[in-house]
Amino acid sequence: MDQIFDRLAELLADEVPVVLATVIDETDESVPGAGESAVGRHLLVRRTTGDGVEVLGSLGDEGLDRVVTRDALGELSAGRSGVRHYGEHGEAREEAITVFVESFAAPPRMLVFGAVDFTAALVRVAKVLGYRVTVCDAREVFATTQRFPLADEVVVDWPDRLLAEVGPELRRRDVVCVLTHDVKFDVPAIIGALATSVGYIGVMGSRRTHDDRLERLREAGVTDEELARLRSPIGLDIGARTPEETAISIVSEIIALRTGRSARGLSATDGPIHD
Amino acid sequence: MRELINDIQRWRRQGHRIALARVVDVEGSGPRLPGAAMAVTEGGEVAGSVSGGCVEGAVVSEALDVLATGDRRMVSFGYSDDEAFAVGLTCGGTVHLFVEPLDW
Repeated sequence: MDQIFDRLAELLADEVPVVLATVIDETDESVPGAGESAVGRHLLVRRTTGDGVEVLGSLGDEGLDRVVTRDALGELSAGRSGVRHYGEHGEAREEAITVFVESFAAPPRMLVFGAVDFTAALVRVAKVLGYRVTVCDAREVFATTQRFPLADEVVVDWPDRLLAEVGPELRRRDVVCVLTHDVKFDVPAIIGALATSVGYIGVMGSRRTHDDRLERLREAGVTDEELARLRSPIGLDIGARTPEETAISIVSEIIALRTGRSARGLSATDGPIHD
Repeated sequence: MRELINDIQRWRRQGHRIALARVVDVEGSGPRLPGAAMAVTEGGEVAGSVSGGCVEGAVVSEALDVLATGDRRMVSFGYSDDEAFAVGLTCGGTVHLFVEPLDW
């Protein structure tokens, strides 16, 4: 009976989105399926191509399976995991069966434009945080898998062309880091990134580069509202000097932007540490 | 659970029995979100974590008991000053775990 976990492991290894529902509690009166306890039953669900659904396992009742399958797919799209209650045949507003729905969404993506030394350090740190990382640079000698062995893909192309291709798939949890500090590359990369829904667009460069770049972006027709989406110069002000320290300052900014927290030292703030 | 898969698959290939403990709900301030998981073999090998280290010891005991009895269960840990809990979270939250044999 080891097939549900093995299938889950296989799908996770392939980074396929999947959701696992587990009966974790039941009231004494609810005894679906031949009087046996439903606690510990599993249902593995994922959407396949063309609106199909792959379902493995059962929670012990056809009606319950049907309702949980629908709800689990909804939770998976929202990237949420949590506890839900049902009647023994899947009735809403009843509490006979408690189900833990655990979503395994595809990992968030990080697109890094510019195959520079800072990129290698950023890729390493991003992998620790679970990002699926793409490095993109138009210069073939720099954009190699040897230089970025941990990157999930290294693409030799212009940033705007890659963004035109993958941009529509990007969501709020995905991030773009522009490390080229060469206007030839970073202006098209920024314009391409602004056309996506990514939650973070960080752009590397000195204050002087930043001012020069703003000028060029405005000339290219980018509005002030769009410019306000940019985190430029990239990273938190922690005094980072090395590529590794800079990578930490960048990912810290990404986390703080997502959570809406102050990015100050906890010793200098009060209130709850976790939300 | 994603980060436990390699350890779990290796243990399964070696024929070890495994218990899985997953955070299913957190009330108040808690260090880990639903889905945080720990796997424990009957030999006491451990992978993963479900808190900041506050309750892992107690979870190992529960996991070994689940393997011994086959009795899957919910386990909750609250604030450690509360007399109702022998082991607790120091952050003031309550974490609810589901512990089960990984025989599926």
